[in-house]
Amino acid sequence: MWIDLIVEPFQYKFMIRALIVCLAVGVMCPFLGAHVINREMGFMGDALAHSVMPGLVAAYAVGLTPMFGAIPLGITVALVIGYVVKRSNVSNDTAMGILFAGLFALGLVLLSLLGGSGINVEDILLGQVMGTSDMDVYVTITVTVLTLLLMILLYKQMIFVGFDFEGAVVAGLPASRIDYLLLVVLSIVIVVSLQVVGIILVVGMLITPAASASLIVKRFSHVISLGIGFGVISSVVGLYFSYYFNLPSGPAIALVSTAIFLMSFIVHGLKR
Amino acid sequence: MSNLISKCPCMESQCDCCIQVFGACVEFENFLALDDVSFAISPGVLTGVVGPNGGGKSTLFNALVGLQPTAHGKILVNGLPPGNSKGRVSYVPQKEHVNWRFPLSVRDVVSLGKVSQGSLLNKLGLGVSSLVEESLRKVDMWDSREDLVSNLSGGERQRTFIARALTQEADILILDEAFSGVDISSQEGVLNVLRSLRDEGKTILMATHDLNTLADRFDDLLCLNRHVCAHGKPEVVFTEEVLVELYGSHGEMFAEHRIGQHAHVD
Repeated sequence: MWIDLIVEPFQYKFMIRALIVCLAVGVMCPFLGAHVINREMGFMGDALAHSVMPGLVAAYAVGLTPMFGAIPLGITVALVIGYVVKRSNVSNDTAMGILFAGLFALGLVLLSLLGGSGINVEDILLGQVMGTSDMDVYVTITVTVLTLLLMILLYKQMIFVGFDFEGAVVAGLPASRIDYLLLVVLSIVIVVSLQVVGIILVVGMLITPAASASLIVKRFSHVISLGIGFGVISSVVGLYFSYYFNLPSGPAIALVSTAIFLMSFIVHGLKR
Repeated sequence: MSNLISKCPCMESQCDCCIQVFGACVEFENFLALDDVSFAISPGVLTGVVGPNGGGKSTLFNALVGLQPTAHGKILVNGLPPGNSKGRVSYVPQKEHVNWRFPLSVRDVVSLGKVSQGSLLNKLGLGVSSLVEESLRKVDMWDSREDLVSNLSGGERQRTFIARALTQEADILILDEAFSGVDISSQEGVLNVLRSLRDEGKTILMATHDLNTLADRFDDLLCLNRHVCAHGKPEVVFTEEVLVELYGSHGEMFAEHRIGQHAHVD
């Protein structure tokens, strides 16, 4: 009976594709998220997500997989933001706010000009993982493998630079380049996650599971592993809700991860 | 420039100075933070860098470790320009420059020392546990190795960073305002660690604007107020002229009270 409810959705190919993408995003986002919450980069994540809108729309318009438009734009924006944060006199959130509002607006205008070309705004903003194509799945798997490899190989370097930038420079690490690399990886992970949670809610997937984990465990490595657990639970349980109640996948998943956060908050309160 | 390098600022014909600064100037938007600074430091000396706030202590340290380019002059650390030290220099920044939010244990932080160099195993943080343990024991932090650095006292944090420098196998340690927010008894603990490292041949520079008991604490003092006012043994360096140069006429008060003998100075 229960087994049927759990197995039934996966008689459809589109649900199997959706599950693979959800698992990948559930793993990648909290891994990056552990760095994001400790470096206070949440707004940067939100800004990156909104900024890739023109890339998504342009790729749609010429018949490409949307990620092929969004990934190059995401990387460019990440490098610009990284440069502005390091060099500019304008405060970080001001600079990011200007960039993100401008590019998001450009995306909406492009969308409007193309009107009726079969793009559903709601899918872009809120995610529609059940609409993923085979190509989306291949790109997602490739990005996931590369991201995990990089984040594991540079695990200590990324911590050193985030914890003590000056000490890392003096110890001989290419600290600035590592910062830029983290931003580039973050932008790619965000783009891949858009199909699952959409532009508006991607920041929730990035931050909430890692933040929930950090309420329960104290070590950075444990925050990553428990955060990945929470991320996978959120995305898979959210996928079921989305299937059975005919909801956009983004809100369904974000709601589950918020519920996990509330429970973690209560557990944290009880422990104190 | 090359004729400058022919002779070390220590003025000895032959020396083994590991830090050499030749007429270094650092400029910030029409303001000279360091003005023609020259000095040299021999290995195995514990030097205190003293001077008023804004006197250029942090700027000098940043220049020594390669974080701050110089407008004029030359700096050599182990005979190389700053920033080429390949991990032989370790820097303990002011505590405001560290992101304490990261949930790292004492052992996590100390093991970072090995990340920048060596084999892939080292870079992954594997295969260095014996060196990390040795470093932690030297600074007496082994029993606290699982504590989060964010929960440590000021003195414990300093000792953790010193252990990181040991894991890095640095031979020059540079500590910026290491005693701000550290109570007197913990300061003593940090100093004991620094003295034993000095005895092992490490070269240590530490900035402080706290003039208490300076004489007992350091082998040498470098007095800095945008230029070098004096450099040498504490008892030789602390003359009335130097104190006035450092702190203005207010410094006379310190001189009359004989710095180094009093428990507290405002």
